Amino acid sequence: MTTTTVRPNQSIWAHAARSIYKDKLAFISFVIVTVYMVMGILAFTGVIAADWSKEIGPSYSAPSADYIFGTDIFGRSVFLKAIKGAETAISIGLVTAFITVTLGSVLGLIAGYYGGKLDDFIGWIYTTISSIPGIMLIIAIAFIIGKGLTAVYLSLGLTSWVGLCRVIRGEVIRHKDREYVHAASAIGGSDMRKMFRHILPNVSHMMIINFSLTFQMAIKSEVILSYLGLGVQGRPSWGVMIDDAKLELSRGVWWQLGAATLFMFIIVLALNILGDAIRDALDPKLKGK
Amino acid sequence: MNIWLYIIRKVVNMIPTLLGVCLIVFVLFNLVAPDPALLLLGKHGTVEQIAQIHRELGLDRPFWAQYFDIVKSAFTWDFGYSWSSKQEIWQMIKNGAFPSMAITVPAFILTNAIAISISLLVSFYRGKMLDKSVVFVCVAMMSIPGLAYILFGQYFFAYKLGLFEIAGYEPGFPNFVPYVLLPIVLYLIMNIGPDVRYYRTAVLDEIYQDYVRTARAKGLTEKKILFKHVLKNAMIPILTYLIIQIPFLVLGGILTESFFSIPGLGGLTIKAINTSDFPVIKAMTILSAVAFMVFNLLTDVLYTLVDPRAKLK
Repeated sequence: MTTTTVRPNQSIWAHAARSIYKDKLAFISFVIVTVYMVMGILAFTGVIAADWSKEIGPSYSAPSADYIFGTDIFGRSVFLKAIKGAETAISIGLVTAFITVTLGSVLGLIAGYYGGKLDDFIGWIYTTISSIPGIMLIIAIAFIIGKGLTAVYLSLGLTSWVGLCRVIRGEVIRHKDREYVHAASAIGGSDMRKMFRHILPNVSHMMIINFSLTFQMAIKSEVILSYLGLGVQGRPSWGVMIDDAKLELSRGVWWQLGAATLFMFIIVLALNILGDAIRDALDPKLKGK
Repeated sequence: MNIWLYIIRKVVNMIPTLLGVCLIVFVLFNLVAPDPALLLLGKHGTVEQIAQIHRELGLDRPFWAQYFDIVKSAFTWDFGYSWSSKQEIWQMIKNGAFPSMAITVPAFILTNAIAISISLLVSFYRGKMLDKSVVFVCVAMMSIPGLAYILFGQYFFAYKLGLFEIAGYEPGFPNFVPYVLLPIVLYLIMNIGPDVRYYRTAVLDEIYQDYVRTARAKGLTEKKILFKHVLKNAMIPILTYLIIQIPFLVLGGILTESFFSIPGLGGLTIKAINTSDFPVIKAMTILSAVAFMVFNLLTDVLYTLVDPRAKLK
């Protein structure tokens, strides 16, 4: 096993950034994720792909020099829809990961720090949620909330925080009796201050790792919700494009499926590789797993 | 502590979890969900009709009584009748279990056997090109959504090449075989990535242990170390992972079944969602949670039996 040396005056973050920069594959992945983020923001502000809903040619034209990825049933550009879909995917990834990480870390902190009844209660909530197979619960919540982006955000966010909560709780229990926390109490630090100022930064690498994991999970799960008709409505999303293909393939129209899968594949793969690299960099104990 | 006492304690601990599962189902379907009377009657129900449906479904009763009904169904497995097919739900579930398992059981065995073999192979060459490429291919395969595999597989292998049946199912032993082949292949493709990654980690965890170094110092061959020492110790995480997947086998491949029109439990669930069939969705949620808890318990018990170091806590 290789040992990672951290220079004493170098923060773990600087060290992580350096090791990702040195790892070619991870660096390329980082660039890809950034490109997608920029694409999402530009699409959101309407700079690019604003006229995705415009008819540019005949219905179901195959990919050609005029139509890079072909056209869909209404003669709209599949390429522009895929770019606009990046906006949807990024927003689903970000919001879901934000809900997941916030819920998971706050509840994990509280459960680990206070222990006792509060810990039992939070433990009961996450045991209960993790007993229901994820896919069933996601479908049930999305079904109840109804179609649309909110349903996607909430159903994915409310179900995926339990893993992080459990890990953070365990870490906080290990940390709360350390000297630096006692020192903080000695100078009169409140519980809140000790939890969020002192302990939280020491478990924050787990939040980051979990963020990238949830991000790609959410993008992939959107496809299932779209297939069930519970997903995004009235705007392009990769899930809806893939779902549309179930009626198109028998007519030989493969380009919507192809474009959406390709767009999704690249960012999910990049997030996976980047997530692994961040984990290796921030948590050397887990190196190589 | 006695193993039986341990099991009893674990079973008792399952009760609050089960009550929690019922509470989630109750909150989702009895409190937050749109009024089922409106779903059943459409927009034009009169006040009397709505009240009558509420009476029939027991929705006019107090909340605690409705919650109690759900808890009762979790223990008696009497889930009532489907709203759309009017069949008894327990009967529907029994009918659906076999087609689901006709796909998932062979697929599960095949996938895990292949995944364990691959993971042993790459652990042998850990850090080398082969190991790195296999891990990369696994991650790449995991980065494609399941639905894309299903669509492509059905279109290309079944429709274009005519290698498999496009969709459908026939009951009875030799009859169902042609219909489940492609779903089995798809299950393999969708699950091999995460499985190989998991098993590889489990094996590598053991490879860096002290006893492996001792074995090497004794002059044992790498092969002997891997199969006699490492695999035996890695058996615990491997078994845990295997058992915890079993409840999902009964649930079936939700997307695959619905796509290939296989009358299994996954297809049943999707149909229930499309027709707003609350009792069926509720039943499937509760049953899958119960199955998950039971197999979780089984893992814990097995763990203590296999590994003498594990304490009966």
